[in-house]
Amino acid sequence: MLLIPCPWCGPRDEAEFHYGGQAHVAYPEDPAALSDEEWARYLFFRDNPKGLFAERWSHTAGCRRWFNAVRDTATNEIHAVYRVGEPRPVIA
Amino acid sequence: MSPEPQGRRTPGADLPDHPDRLWRSAEPKRAYDVVIVGGGGHGLATAYYLAKNHGITNVAVLERGWLAGGNMARNTTIIRSNYLWDESAGIYEHALKLWEGLEEDLGYPLLFSQRGVLNLAHSLQDVRDSVRRVNANRLNGVDAEWLTPEQVKEVCPIVDISPDVRYPVLGGTYQPRAGIAKHDYVAWGFAKAAADLGVDMIEHCEVTGLDVRDGRVTGVRTTRGPIAAGKVALAAAGHSSVVAGYAGVSLPLQSHPLQALVSELLEPVHPTVVMSNAVHVYVSQAHKGELVMGAGIDAANSYRQRGAFHIIERQMSAALELFPVFARAHVLRTWGGVVDVTPDASPIVGLTPVEDLYVNCGWGTGGFKATPGVGWCYAHTVATGEPHPLNAPFSLERFTTGKLVDEHGAAAVAH
Repeated sequence: MLLIPCPWCGPRDEAEFHYGGQAHVAYPEDPAALSDEEWARYLFFRDNPKGLFAERWSHTAGCRRWFNAVRDTATNEIHAVYRVGEPRPVIA
Repeated sequence: MSPEPQGRRTPGADLPDHPDRLWRSAEPKRAYDVVIVGGGGHGLATAYYLAKNHGITNVAVLERGWLAGGNMARNTTIIRSNYLWDESAGIYEHALKLWEGLEEDLGYPLLFSQRGVLNLAHSLQDVRDSVRRVNANRLNGVDAEWLTPEQVKEVCPIVDISPDVRYPVLGGTYQPRAGIAKHDYVAWGFAKAAADLGVDMIEHCEVTGLDVRDGRVTGVRTTRGPIAAGKVALAAAGHSSVVAGYAGVSLPLQSHPLQALVSELLEPVHPTVVMSNAVHVYVSQAHKGELVMGAGIDAANSYRQRGAFHIIERQMSAALELFPVFARAHVLRTWGGVVDVTPDASPIVGLTPVEDLYVNCGWGTGGFKATPGVGWCYAHTVATGEPHPLNAPFSLERFTTGKLVDEHGAAAVAH
């Protein structure tokens, strides 16, 4: 059970949140120019690291806002949470 | 516990004593024709069929922990082949046919018990989807029936079919040939048979790198030194992204914890396997008597072999909704395994962009049932360099061509 520090509400139980997968995946700037391989990458391929992972959460049972987190998938430790639009923090 | 009724066999009571050892943990040699990365059910079955069907015995199975200590030790042991699409029915039914002769073939008891599986429907859409799946199964030669709630009750008397529950049972699909097997014995049976044919089982040997030269894999780096390989076959389940990444190969996988649990030992009350997508639990009763239950995956990616408690809570409320008789049972143990989920809930079995590097992954929440079938097909793929017809549809290319095999409906585990 994760204790997730919502940037607006503070630490809350994982059950209050909805998971949004990898963060910082931008919509293609020129979709018509994409090859089939590039579409496949965009649609189906996401990072799956054993280690630090920048991911999206929505506090659905609280403030209902989306935010990002950097979590270590090997330990589940959450190193940082930050707001949408902010750059991924560098974790030392 | 009441005594056994006269004439009823206690499953497992007549099992042979184990020999001192079923296989010898080998020291790694400097080179092999084939190195299999991952000593779980799939890796062991692949090794066995490489030796038996293709005469390739200079093979090493590398396992970072102990043999079959990953998802093979953690799954809920359900075996069935009632998938919707032709491609899935093909490989899962091939597996089921192999299961039906596997104890004789391996010369080892597996407690394979064809007690049938019920997949319950709880809404009009569920009913329509289920009837469609029954018809699709029959067209593919897979045994399947649509049962009314009353017929569901005949097969499994402890299911509550009253109409006044939150998610009433409106019927279910039934596959009589489905069932369960004892997962550890399956692994040990394959390991023993493969070792007897000359395959090296190398435990506590973690792969830390893959050597690729001119687009071709030439060997693996491990915590026990480098090993040269003619071919490398990945069978690493939840860690597939990590090991494929050593060769620069990306896979469309996300790794999640999948939890399961058992109750204490109980009298035999549950004669079959029951799965429900809608309320989300799947339950059978193991030979010894414990209720074995599984749920859906934890939402967030993680390589931790444990999950969140709210998943267990929801699973238990679903179980009690279906089986009021379980109200006084206790949860004895819960655990998790790391499963590799694909976008279309179907596996990836075949070639990679790197020559002589093969991948078997993406079985996600449902790999145990496929063990002999995928071992057979993956061995063919590795031995011949060409996909077996049954795993050809499950290529990595399908994500580019768009020819997905969408089995979220029949996977029966929430992704």
